[in-house]
Amino acid sequence: MGKLPAAVVGVGQTHHRAKRLDVSMAGLCREAMDRALLDAGMGLDDIDAIVVGKAPDLFEGVMMPELFLAEALGAAGKPLLRVHTAGSVGGSTAIVAASLVQAGVHRRVLTVSFEKQSESNAMWALSVPVPFNMPVHAGAGGYFAPHVRSYIRRSGAPTHIGAVVAAKDRQNALKNPYAHLRNPDTTVESVLASQMLWDPIRYDETCPSSDGACALVIVDEDTAQASPNPAWIHGTVMRSEATSSAERDQVNPQASRDAAAHLWKQAGITDPFTEIDAAEIYVPFSWFEPMWLESLGFAEVGSGWKLTEAGETAMTGSLPVNCSGGVLSSNPIGASGMLRFGEAALQARGAAGEHQVDGVRRALGHAYGGGSQFFSMWVVGSEKPTS
Amino acid sequence: MRDVAVVGFAQRQMKEFDGSPNCVELLVPLFAECYAQTGWTRRDIGFWCSGSSDYLAGRSFSFVSAVDAIGVMPPVNESHVEMDAAWALYEAWLKIQTGEVDTALVYGFGKSSAGLLRRTLALQLDPYTMTPLWPDTVSLAGLQARAGIDAGLWDERAMAEVAHRSLTDAEKNEHAIRSGGSSVEDLLARPLYADPLRKHDCAPVTDGAAAIVLAADDRAREVSDRPAWISGIATYVDALSMGTRDLTRAPSAASSAARCDLGGVEVAELHAPFSHQELVLRRELALADDVAINPSGGSLTGNPMFTGGLIRIGEAARRVWDGSADKVLGHATSGPALQQNLVCVMEGRA
Repeated sequence: MGKLPAAVVGVGQTHHRAKRLDVSMAGLCREAMDRALLDAGMGLDDIDAIVVGKAPDLFEGVMMPELFLAEALGAAGKPLLRVHTAGSVGGSTAIVAASLVQAGVHRRVLTVSFEKQSESNAMWALSVPVPFNMPVHAGAGGYFAPHVRSYIRRSGAPTHIGAVVAAKDRQNALKNPYAHLRNPDTTVESVLASQMLWDPIRYDETCPSSDGACALVIVDEDTAQASPNPAWIHGTVMRSEATSSAERDQVNPQASRDAAAHLWKQAGITDPFTEIDAAEIYVPFSWFEPMWLESLGFAEVGSGWKLTEAGETAMTGSLPVNCSGGVLSSNPIGASGMLRFGEAALQARGAAGEHQVDGVRRALGHAYGGGSQFFSMWVVGSEKPTS
Repeated sequence: MRDVAVVGFAQRQMKEFDGSPNCVELLVPLFAECYAQTGWTRRDIGFWCSGSSDYLAGRSFSFVSAVDAIGVMPPVNESHVEMDAAWALYEAWLKIQTGEVDTALVYGFGKSSAGLLRRTLALQLDPYTMTPLWPDTVSLAGLQARAGIDAGLWDERAMAEVAHRSLTDAEKNEHAIRSGGSSVEDLLARPLYADPLRKHDCAPVTDGAAAIVLAADDRAREVSDRPAWISGIATYVDALSMGTRDLTRAPSAASSAARCDLGGVEVAELHAPFSHQELVLRRELALADDVAINPSGGSLTGNPMFTGGLIRIGEAARRVWDGSADKVLGHATSGPALQQNLVCVMEGRA
């Protein structure tokens, strides 16, 4: 047997801010859930199961917060699953929720992921010393900067490419009412003038730390067909590789390449550059756009930066990337992957508002986590998949 | 639904895990045992899923290095739940049901001895109102036990009978960290620990890890003439709110059972970390009097966090494999006072 058809019929997200002082964790989740349910034209009584995801519990200082959130999530009396796969968790959570429908176990599943980073201190939460592990306490930027330098050296990319990405995503964010960073004057020049943090990553090339949540309603074929604009799921994938080994290529990880190959095959896509109409790619540091363009197969190895430089990934280009403003503009870590998946669904449904790309038939949602080692991705489309 | 069976199971349980800072290296020999049981290698496994907790490990991303235990290249199809690995098994079962894979290896690990478990678990409570009070796990279970006694649903003797039977059965379980040396009278004569609980009414703090292999259809038959076929699996959660719940009940256990056919179950491995919780579960699952409960000794004789529920499923499956039962039940719980429950029914087939 194969997967049963499933589709996204509701997408909701919070307004993202550095500190959401007006809501608790429960309130944050409900803000996203209520919007997703409204979008789907459903109430909690219509939902069969809840799947919740977030990044490390130490980010908020609560062990397994889904237990105390059960009532607020509308899960009391229903099945509840909690997923945690590092930075890729928002995507993985959506995939687990989809599998409940694709397996024929439930018909209507609500999935929500969140991070209320202001409750704690992410840098502290990520810097607990671990015996016998590499002491890398320079934050995520310090971990990824050598990968970026390596990419620049290998590809020969001009050093302003990262700034092109940052300026583009911050401009796109101005079209997204939910985005955290809204800096109207960001240009390539202003990004290049910002402070160097972890060479070659400058301040304006980094993601913010956000409070926020995202929720999706994923339903079976019959329910989807009654919806005016379902985003049908054409393929899902998760791949992981180990943290450290001599043969790891952390610029272009094999888990990423394997995942992409499996995803395109499932979705019947042979040339992703021409067949994907909009992509939401997990880019927490600007240089990850050209890096992932290559890894995902949108560009030849070594030439992803040329697409970026030529403006092909801008909203007016042939492969618009992160029209929502992306992770660079809002980063509630546990929710960031689901935001990519949800924004892809909005594009496929023609429901992305000001940042909608015209005529999207198929869109990519992508997330990664850990030391570039965990990957989750999906392709959603405006039409029901044929196979 | 596809036919999916439990075809491999390995476990370690101990009071303290000396000689290593974590349980990850413990997983490597457990995977080796699973490969020996199935004749497979890591390349035969279609999906990996684990259950663990960052808070128990005292740091973020505690599952990340566990992935290293699988091996390095090639990359794997993998996921993780921040729950008992019984729910990782549920995710793996879903994955097999979608047809994407035919086999899965599920694992869980937890090193409770690194901290003060009852204090750590208090962090599962509502952080805005309850956590500041630090009501710990054992005290909350004590309140639950008292509620049942006051309601006339059980008494201290019934709890001691559960503990006595568990300790006696555990004498045959090489993995148990507590066993034997009891009679009901002896147990009732011991001092109270968290009134009305005595120490033997509470699961011992346990380190450990476990792994289970799932396989569908012919892949399962390839391994065994008598796999433990999963005929029903379901999970539900209840509200946390300790003040408004009826602590003598576990509606999520009853709801899980209602989605499965428990008729004819001969052996039930119940994840009851406190003796009275076995009595609650017997009632919610409507188990007949002749069902053998926890012949392994159960959680009262060894309860590694985040794998205690998975071990119940593995122990139940073993009764099918060895032909001592045709239909069995594995159960897992999570959260304070039986808040969340999962039921997995398995059958042997001719």
